[in-house]
Formats: sequence, structure tokens, C-alpha cells
Amino acid sequence: MTQPVALTINGRRRDDQVEPRLLLVHYLREVAGLTGTHIACDTSQCGACTVLIDGEAVKSCSVFAVQANGRKVTTIEGLAENGTLHPVQQAFWEEHGLQCGFCTPGFIMAAAYLLQQNPSPTDEEIERGLEGNLCRCTGYENIRRAVHSAARAMSGATDAASAQLVGSAAAPVED
Amino acid sequence: MAVTSLIGARIQRREDPKLITGHGNFIDDVNLVNMAHMSIVRSPHAHARIRSIDTSAARAAQGVVAVLAAGDFKPHIHAPLPVTNAFVADKKQVPDQFAIAEDEVIYAGEPVAVVVAEDRYLADDAAQLVVVDYEPLPAVMDLEKAMAPDSPLVKSDRSDNIGWDAAFPAGDIDAAFAEAEVVVKQRIGQQRLFPTPMETRGCVADYVPYDNRVTLWTSTQVPHFVRLFVGGALGVPESQFRVISHDVGGGFGSKIRPYLEEYLTTATSKIVERPVKWIEDRTESLLATTHGRGQIFDVEVAARRDGTLLGLKFTQLLDIGAYHGVFSAFQVVACLIGGGAYEWKAINARSIGIFTNRTSTDPYRGAGRPEATHMVERMVDLVALEIGMDPAELRRKNFVKSFPHTNNFGLVYDSGDYPKTLDRAMANIDYTALRKRQADLRAQGRYLGIGFSTYVEICGLGPSAATAPAAGVALVESSMVRVHPTGSVTVSVGTHAHGQSHETTFAQIVADTLGVPYDSVEIHHGDTGDTPFGYGTYGSRSLAVGGMAIMASCHKVVEKATKLAAHAFEASEEDIVVDQGRYFVRGNPGEAKSIAELAFASYGAGLPAGMEQGLEAVSYFDPPNFVWPFGCHICAVEVDPETGGVSIDRYVAVDDCGNVINPMVVDGQLHGGIAQGISQALFEEVLYDEETGQMLTGTMVDYLIPTMAEMPHFELDRTVTPSPTNELGVKGIGEAGTIASSIAVINAITDALTPFGIKHVEMPARPDRLWSMIKEARA
Repeated sequence: MTQPVALTINGRRRDDQVEPRLLLVHYLREVAGLTGTHIACDTSQCGACTVLIDGEAVKSCSVFAVQANGRKVTTIEGLAENGTLHPVQQAFWEEHGLQCGFCTPGFIMAAAYLLQQNPSPTDEEIERGLEGNLCRCTGYENIRRAVHSAARAMSGATDAASAQLVGSAAAPVED
Repeated sequence: MAVTSLIGARIQRREDPKLITGHGNFIDDVNLVNMAHMSIVRSPHAHARIRSIDTSAARAAQGVVAVLAAGDFKPHIHAPLPVTNAFVADKKQVPDQFAIAEDEVIYAGEPVAVVVAEDRYLADDAAQLVVVDYEPLPAVMDLEKAMAPDSPLVKSDRSDNIGWDAAFPAGDIDAAFAEAEVVVKQRIGQQRLFPTPMETRGCVADYVPYDNRVTLWTSTQVPHFVRLFVGGALGVPESQFRVISHDVGGGFGSKIRPYLEEYLTTATSKIVERPVKWIEDRTESLLATTHGRGQIFDVEVAARRDGTLLGLKFTQLLDIGAYHGVFSAFQVVACLIGGGAYEWKAINARSIGIFTNRTSTDPYRGAGRPEATHMVERMVDLVALEIGMDPAELRRKNFVKSFPHTNNFGLVYDSGDYPKTLDRAMANIDYTALRKRQADLRAQGRYLGIGFSTYVEICGLGPSAATAPAAGVALVESSMVRVHPTGSVTVSVGTHAHGQSHETTFAQIVADTLGVPYDSVEIHHGDTGDTPFGYGTYGSRSLAVGGMAIMASCHKVVEKATKLAAHAFEASEEDIVVDQGRYFVRGNPGEAKSIAELAFASYGAGLPAGMEQGLEAVSYFDPPNFVWPFGCHICAVEVDPETGGVSIDRYVAVDDCGNVINPMVVDGQLHGGIAQGISQALFEEVLYDEETGQMLTGTMVDYLIPTMAEMPHFELDRTVTPSPTNELGVKGIGEAGTIASSIAVINAITDALTPFGIKHVEMPARPDRLWSMIKEARA
């Protein structure tokens, strides 16, 4: 017995028939073919399956696909835009915030969400914000660094964006 | 070596773009047309006889393709799982393990049947419907009781529960103890651990019917081993068996062996005539993937009151589990390096491997060396405490000081400068000020402790002269370097990367050695279809052994390129100068040929008489010795006597792994390694019910993998003492952090608790354990 679902994944709408018991993470990986979202624990401890649903970080192993019906989902494949890495992706690369890379998509999604909520977190705030994600390779040192580094990059970018907004305020505002 | 630009440079990893954008290719990402899914029915009992297996309900379930048990696999799997020799054991019992149990299960998690279905959900559903009638038998869990002659047996057809009993005497131990003014004794535990790579294991097998041809994708550290043994057992020659291990989400030793699931998945694909996928879930992984440690050391040290160490006696009791791990006996190496960084008159070690009804143990990051380090560094502190000497000074007094140093067992430490790392670490943590702060805090009723670990590690496994007699395998390494006609370079290696950054660091080496652009070098590993036979990645061997195999091939390429240049310039080979990939006649650097030009020429006509076309080389490297990294880690902790909680104030490490190819990668390896040792010291422990043999820590809810909040900042520094063992001057760094760190933390905790009269703390030093000890001490 399947049910219809319609989701917007990384900006593209999909319509599928799924079993009610199908987990969102399995839907993303096996139906939508987006294998960047990983599964590592089965008990919602590790955060490897973290995606954004309507902009909020969610462990996709703890949601059924049917519960995401009508929502917007962003996965790791949808974070970079027009060939430009998201600042969190860039920072993980620059700061060696990954080794085997298996937990990395979940960490990047959770960190992107954290920085969206808190643009300049302290160590403690990063630790609290990412406590739902486990990494076995890095000892977390460079992940912490990467999040700080991304925060700096994004605040720079935000400043630039604000400057642009200020600049454009003089122009006629349409709509 | 020529002037180099890339070796030693901090270069961002070329592995990362795909991994940070979700385009990795891990085992569960492999999907084939018409693929079926396999679920494994595992024993819920630690020890039981199988009376019968009823698969009728499962066969009738929706989407089920097949339900198979031992009898179905016997015609296809012709050999048991491999086991390396148990060193030089006085007593050896190596029972065969077949890939699936037939009439007796001897650990919880042992496979008894497999279910194949159209998707994973349906396979798991049907697996629930397989009815197995078990007759439970007594579970053998306690190491010492298991050794008793009247103990129940782990498996009914064994003579006793002893896997090996090996003695390692070196020097006159009685004389050393007779000379002693102080003798310190201690039992030191090494709890069982889950290696816990974030990616569990899994495989996809594609057996082509009527063709006897297999492609097996698997999450492994050793693709060539898997091909050798699984192919051998299934009667498929290497030439028709391809093992592919693309991105692997961590291993830490737990993916070092051919696993029974690789046999079962491949045989199942053959039986059902379809590609078959099996992906381990986490609870299954905790039961079915090998564990680490699980040891007890009974130790005695003889010393003089001036701090001179004299003699070391110890027995290692090692929990083998139900069957030998393929490399479990390697952990006996703890006996041979138990003396650590110190001079001893005599050492007498014994290792007893004991079977229990638990999952098998096998190497986990460090494998024998963390245990040895933990033991000797603990004992040195106990001696220091006993005679009232500063632990740093006692270490300094007894350090091995001249190199090469032949230890009590004949192993040769290649190079080192132990006082230098000790001094640097003490300066970095400001030891004098820290001791003063400790005294000040104690006056306020606060308990700060400082713990040292001055480790030395044996790695770069290994010279065949040592490994072949001891372990039955040569452990050499291979490479193939091929310069294509327009100058790009493919390097294929027998090692395997699963987080170690080889695609970056090996390319750094090749680019420098051949003098070609870094971006023109491609590293291939993890596919037996396009790499030479290699022993894989573990034992911090990939650079010191595999890197040297790459160097050897590069040298052969340069040699041929030099001949080609001599021919092109009509000069003699001796007059050709090679400078960063440019070949010219001495004195005429303006007229040079690049290696790309020479490569192009090498595939064409008009070569020197007798020379074959092409510019490529294959090499195998057999190292003359192991390599011996070392260092000093100092940890400062504060223990809250009211809660038993431990907080890490500082963690300072000064490591020496010889020359460094990429400092960013070396630091990253240290971070992760140190974190795993800290985690053993404070959090992790595999627990079983001691009566029933049921695992009590079967999920990540129950088994404490630390989060970022539990990990301190790591203050790293290094000294560089090049290894004389290899041309690169490198040692290994993958395991050093783990080898050093557990005891730095434990020594810090015991130092903090000295005012309570507490001399020794076992791992994991969780709050409840410390709180109880403090409470008891106060009573």
C-alpha cells in the first residue's frame, strides 16, 4: 500500500509513490538517488543523515518520507550553488575537517544550520550545536576550526551583502 | 634527494571536493541492475546447539528470493576463514571457522541463515520469520575461569579454551629482581572496544553465472587479501575476481581482514544468479565486526631507589573471542615492545590467548602497542610514586639514549631523541608552573593531575625477515608508476586509503620525485583490477612501506628517462643532469627535455637499441627494518571529588614521525588518534552479561562515542628525527596518537587522586568508578 508524496528536493519537485514506512533517508538515497546523505547508526545518535527540511536541520533517519510531503528538503548535494561551494564546505576543505568523509555531509548540513541560527558561535555553542553528530576520524579539532572559519567567511560575506543592500537602497525598489 | 617543493607542504586534500559535496562512492552507494538484498539471521545466544532451522515462513514471505543456511553454502565455499600464525606459540589451537554456523553457535551475532529479497525492508522482514530451535549451552566469559582445566568449553569440539601460550624471555630476570630495592606490582586492564568506523561494513557481489567471474565491492582496508582468500575459497582465480573498495568510511583495524560476509554475499550471488547487496546495520556491526583490546596485564617491575629500572615481568591475558581474528595474534607484539622507551636488564613476558563466547578481537588502532605503552607508562609512574621521584625525571633517567638501539628482544629502534620530545612537551605545558598550580589548587580542595606518556612505537609493517617467520606473511608493499604519452602519471598502489589522505600525499611524493606537476599525478588504490598485489593499509605502513614502493618505481622511471634523454641528446647517460623533471646535458640547462617529452618519445620509434617502448615501472618494497616513531604527551586533568567527573584542562603532544610529507595530514591523524585514546581512557567499554554472554552495549545509545563537547583542544608540536630505515626518512603517524594518549589521561587522573591514597585507576575512568574509589578512600 503506497502513498503519494510530493517534495521539493534541492529546488526540484519530485512526485513519487512510497510505502508509509519508508524513512526519508532511504527515500532520498534509494528513490531520489541522492546518496550523499549517509546512514551510520540506526538510532539517531550519529547525525550522518542530517538534511534541512524547510531550512531546519533534521536527522532524516527519524522522519518518514510521507512526513516530508509538501516540504522543501536540502541535502548535501544541494548546498553548493552554481558550482560555488557553500562557505561551510569550503571551510571543511581548508581546515582538514574531514578524513574518511563519511560523517561529513551530516556535519556540514548541521553546521550550516547552526551558522544560520548563530552567525558567530563560541566553542561551547559549536559543541552544543553539533552534539548530535559523531565523527570518529578527526577528534573534532578541525571540525571546530572549520565552523569558526566558515563563520568568519560568512560574516564577511554578509557584510558585503549588507553593503550591497545599502547601496541598492538608493535605487527604486520594485514590487 | 633533490630540492623539493611539495614534500613537506600543507596541501589541501584532493579527496575532499567529492566528499564535501555528497559525491563519494561508499559501499551503500553501489547499486546494480537487478540487485537483490541480503539480510543475515544471527544467533541471539552466546553459545547454543542448533537443533533445527525452519525457513518455510520466511520463504513464503513477500518479495523473498531465497533463504539459505549452512548446507546451502557448503557446495560453494570450500575453505574456512584464514588465520595468521600465532607468533611462536608454545601451545597453539587454531580451530577452523566456516562462514556460517551449522550445528553450534559460539557467539551472539554468529550467522545461521541468510535471507535474500527484493529490497532491504523485505529481507529484514523475512529474516524475522526464520525460526531457529536452539539448545542453550553455558557461555564461557571470564578469562581466568576459562583457563581452568574443568572450565566449560567455548566450542564442544575443542580440547580446551587456550588459543596460544607463548613465552618471551629476554635476559636473566631473576638476577634483575634479585638486585631490586623496590618491586611494584599491578594488574592493568584493557577493556574491550568497538573500533566503530562511522561507515559500517557491507558488500555488493556480482557473480556472473556460467562465467565464474566475480566483482565484489566491499568496505575493506585490504582488497587484495579479500580477493586472495574469498576467491580461493569459492574457486575463482584472481584473474577472474575483482575486488573494488572505493571510498571507505573509516576502518581503524576493523576492516583489516577478509570477513565471512564477503564469502556469504559472493556465494549468495552465485546461488541466486543475481547481484546481491548486504549492508551491516549498526547493532549488527557491533556484534559482527571485530572488537579491539580485551586484555589483562599482570605486571611486576624491579627498580632501584635511585630510579633505575631493572627488570620487567608481565603476562598478557588476551580475550580472543570465539574464533581467532585473522590478525589477533599480532597483539602479542605488546610483549616484544613492553619495555617501551627504556633500558631494562631483563624482561620476561608471556602471552596467553584465551577463547571466550564473545565476538572475535582483532587489531584496533595500535593493536598491541597501545596496550604495551599503557602498561609500561603506568608502571613507570607507580615506581616514581613508590620512590618519591618526579615521573618526568624517572623517565629521563631510564630513556634509551643511543641509536640504533637493540631492545631486549632483538628489535632495533632505528632513530630517536626521547629527551628532546620530553623537554619540548614540558616547556609547552610549562610544567613547573603547572605543578605549582596543582599545589595551589590542592590547598583549595581541588584535584589537578598531570600525566605523562613517553611512548615509542613499532610500525611500518614490516620487513619480511621479521614478519614472515612471526606472522606468516611478508607485508611488503607494491606500486606501479606509468607515465602516459603526454606526461600525466598514473600511480597504482597495493595500499588502501580510508581517511589517510594517500591520494594527496602520495601525489606529493611522485610530483617531487618525477618532477611533474602535482595535478598531473593520479593515485589509484582499492581496485584489484588496476593495482598490483599489496598487503593493504594498517600498522602505520602505507608511507614507510607503500611510499617507498612508489619511490622505487619513480627511480626506475627516472633511470629510463635518463637513458632516453641521453639518446635524444646523443650524450652519455653519465652526462645527463636531472633537475625537477628537466633532463639536460651537464653545462647546457638551456636545452632541456621535460619528462613529458621523453615519455612521448618513449612510446614512439627510434629508441636506443634494445629498449622497449613505454615509460613505466612496477616495484615491490621490502623494508630493511620497522620504523619507530616516538614522542611525549602530557595531559592535565581536574577531577571533581564530589562527582568523579574528569575535565581535561590541557593536552600537549610532541610527536616525532621523522620527515613529514604533509603537516596538515599528520596533525589530523594525531587529532583523531589522540581522541580515540582519550575515549578509551574515559568512556568506551564493550559490556556483556557475564552469565549469558549477551552484549549490553549493542547500540550507540549504550556505547559512548564522544561528541565534540567531550574532546579538548589538542596542542600539537613535533620534532623531526628522520628515519634511517628508508630514503624518505619517514615513520608512521596513523596510530601514534592512540598509542600515546590513553595512559597520559590515566596517569593524570591517578596523579590527581594521589592525595586520596589512590595509586591506580582502571579504564574507562567514568565518573561512577572514580566517585566510588574516592568515597572508599575517604571512608
